Amino acid sequence: MFAYVVRRVLATIPVMAVVALFVFSLLYIAPGDPAAVIAGDQATPEDVERIRASLGLDRPYLVRFGAWVFDILRGDLGVSIFTNLPVSLMIKQRLEPTLSLMVVTLILAVSIAVPMGVIAAARVGTFVDKFVMAFAVLGFSVPVFVVGYLLAYVFALELEWLPVQGYTPFSEGFFPWIENLILPAVALGSVYIALIARITRASMLEVLQQDYIRTARAKGAGQRSILFLHALKNAAVPIVTVIGIGIALLIGGAVVTESVFAIPGLGRLTVDAILRRDYPVIQGVVLLFSFTYVLVNLLIDILYTLFDPRIRY
Amino acid sequence: MERRTFLGATAGIAAGGAAAPAIAQGAAARTLRVIPQANLTSLDPVWTTAVVTRNNAFLIYDQICATDAAGAVKPQMAEGWDVSQDQLTWTFRLRDGLMFHDGERVLAKDCVASIDRWRRRDPFMQVLWPNVAELAAVDDRTFRFRLHRPTPLLLMALGQTQFPCFVMPERIAQTDAFQQIRDTIGSGPFRFLRDEWNPGQRAAWAKNERYVPRQEPVDGLAGGRVPRIDRVEWTIISDPATSANAIAQGEHDYWEYPLHDLLPMLRRNRNVVVEQRLTDGTYGVARFNTLQPPFNNPAIRRAVAMAVDQRDYLRAVAGDDPAGWGVCEGVFTCDTPLANEVGSDVLKVRNIDRARAALREAGYNNEKVVLIAPGDYPQINALSLMTADILRRLGMNLELIAADWGTLVQRRTSREPVERGGWSIIHTTSSGQSLALPVFHLFLRANGNDAWFGWPNVPEVERLRAEWVEKGGDPAEGRRIGEALNREAMAAMYYIPLGYYWQPSAWRRNVTGMFRAPATVFWNVGKS
Repeated sequence: MFAYVVRRVLATIPVMAVVALFVFSLLYIAPGDPAAVIAGDQATPEDVERIRASLGLDRPYLVRFGAWVFDILRGDLGVSIFTNLPVSLMIKQRLEPTLSLMVVTLILAVSIAVPMGVIAAARVGTFVDKFVMAFAVLGFSVPVFVVGYLLAYVFALELEWLPVQGYTPFSEGFFPWIENLILPAVALGSVYIALIARITRASMLEVLQQDYIRTARAKGAGQRSILFLHALKNAAVPIVTVIGIGIALLIGGAVVTESVFAIPGLGRLTVDAILRRDYPVIQGVVLLFSFTYVLVNLLIDILYTLFDPRIRY
Repeated sequence: MERRTFLGATAGIAAGGAAAPAIAQGAAARTLRVIPQANLTSLDPVWTTAVVTRNNAFLIYDQICATDAAGAVKPQMAEGWDVSQDQLTWTFRLRDGLMFHDGERVLAKDCVASIDRWRRRDPFMQVLWPNVAELAAVDDRTFRFRLHRPTPLLLMALGQTQFPCFVMPERIAQTDAFQQIRDTIGSGPFRFLRDEWNPGQRAAWAKNERYVPRQEPVDGLAGGRVPRIDRVEWTIISDPATSANAIAQGEHDYWEYPLHDLLPMLRRNRNVVVEQRLTDGTYGVARFNTLQPPFNNPAIRRAVAMAVDQRDYLRAVAGDDPAGWGVCEGVFTCDTPLANEVGSDVLKVRNIDRARAALREAGYNNEKVVLIAPGDYPQINALSLMTADILRRLGMNLELIAADWGTLVQRRTSREPVERGGWSIIHTTSSGQSLALPVFHLFLRANGNDAWFGWPNVPEVERLRAEWVEKGGDPAEGRRIGEALNREAMAAMYYIPLGYYWQPSAWRRNVTGMFRAPATVFWNVGKS
């Protein structure tokens, strides 16, 4: 197992290299010019050119790519074109809100969706099953920002239970922190809950047909024990897979959720950087997202062995 | 569901006004919590012309002189100035007691260095600078311009709001004008709290206890810049509905640029004030690429202009309430000395059928027209879509390209035919200040390759502009030249003025001391 983990970690290096090449090249050929944005309407073409030169944007592709890779290998993600701040600092400033949002969403989604899926499978064809499936369809169909606006309207504006927007760091206390995250996590989690609940139900239905479940029932095991001890563990592999895939969904959804609830996270940093063509920031954030995704996949692969000891690497 | 209905529903501002949550007393009461118009990404007001950076600079820095509400230039850091009889020497003397945030005295040499850096980027001062023989510090509190010839516009350039001349310490002002400064030491009424700056989330300023304001009452950007609040805090909220909710709930105190669609609901909230703070409207512009067909033909440009009804554009941007916008069918800012409509008859036709006939007569041959609409700029996007509709109704072969602003600003630099990545029409907006005088009127310039995108070449316009720089100090002469410029610009029609709209701001009723000014500033503002 250890050798496997080491192999997989080493395998992330070429993956990240391809991502780096891809991101850099894509940005290089994409339209847009940060120098023109900085210079403003009144600037002459010569002014724009001087700013471009001062930012090093006039250098050839290979020179720029080489310098960027060299810096990354030294752990330096570069400096934002606009703010003059190190990209690593900007990411650090934004990491906690996004991480908080994703963790709370993940906990919320898994703790709601898995029991929902299990119960729907146990009561297949009944009203409960249909309700869960209807909820899942709704969760898939309604865009995150609509859910966000509705939640803000009901719980922040009308009931005044929770703040409309913003983020309070964890260091300022658990309750202020969680207060700002409940609505965004529910909004972002709606799609995720729907996805996990559906997969859990489908996977559980398949497992519940197995002989060993019939045997467990025959020997007098209780319904709860059958569902959560015998069936769920054996249905876990696809569920864990979809939770892992859903991380990408969360990253995408975080961009919208962070905008609706004014959470200063990585999603908004990415969008702002893209709109301004702040290349070092875009490159840094995309690399981070890719690295996270690779790590999550590795974690999931390892989890497979826990849920199904037959799996060997 | 229409955009306005949806935004209204989601903003969900209770008509009667939602009760504000219990705000912690103390810090919150002494902090002005602002939702600015954009993200503060750069702090150097010389390096970039972004309005949000300029507004930040008004907090941090001070000016030698500034514009009052009537548009007159008044002393600010300067105690006053003397002009020699031959008008070739201007001597400025600084007020006593001016200090930078780091405790250093403000000296004349700081002003000289700041002017020298700023003039390298300011288009207005670039025009005047050939007249300057020397700029030097005479003593600690005095600096002097020596001129080759009388330059009455010098004061206007120094006191302008569009690209203000802010004073920095000499060591910072010696930075190349094309490099971004890293220091934010100024002598203005607030200090920038760099440690709290998180671009995209928050920026904060603390009251400058050392600041010595002028004794006169505040008047536009002139008069006493008294900091009446301990702290100003900007929170970047990109979503307008969320901003509206935050203002309605009292989570923030001031919203600089509320979306027009949300204004009626904000006005219904009894805890919120919605008023115009800026003294100038925002002007819309449709710009033709005069290098490429079909708009290399002035008759075709004029035919399109005949179909334009500014009111339709302004309704699309600012809503149906005529108090929120105004028709302005000339090239100069309305209600300013040069405003006139000489030769603007073409903009008063406002008729599609006549425009279509004119287009036929002009020889339009179904050439492709590429119009780029920036989806991330709601106002400019609305203007673009209005023009697209007109072009379709005129029967032109239109390709409407939806892009973001970043893409547009690059593509507009292309002089190629549309088949090779060029463009035919773009839109933009500009503050009224920028269009009031020929010297910095960007869209009026018609100096061919050196002109703004679209590159019109009308030598007579350039001759008149130069004449204005020479004689513009005389009101009668200035007026005559202004009328001639409007006539020439309308005949060549290289851009269509689309009127102006007001951009009000919204603030909580407990915010006090608001006043109108050419820029969004926060001195004199307090909280009850």
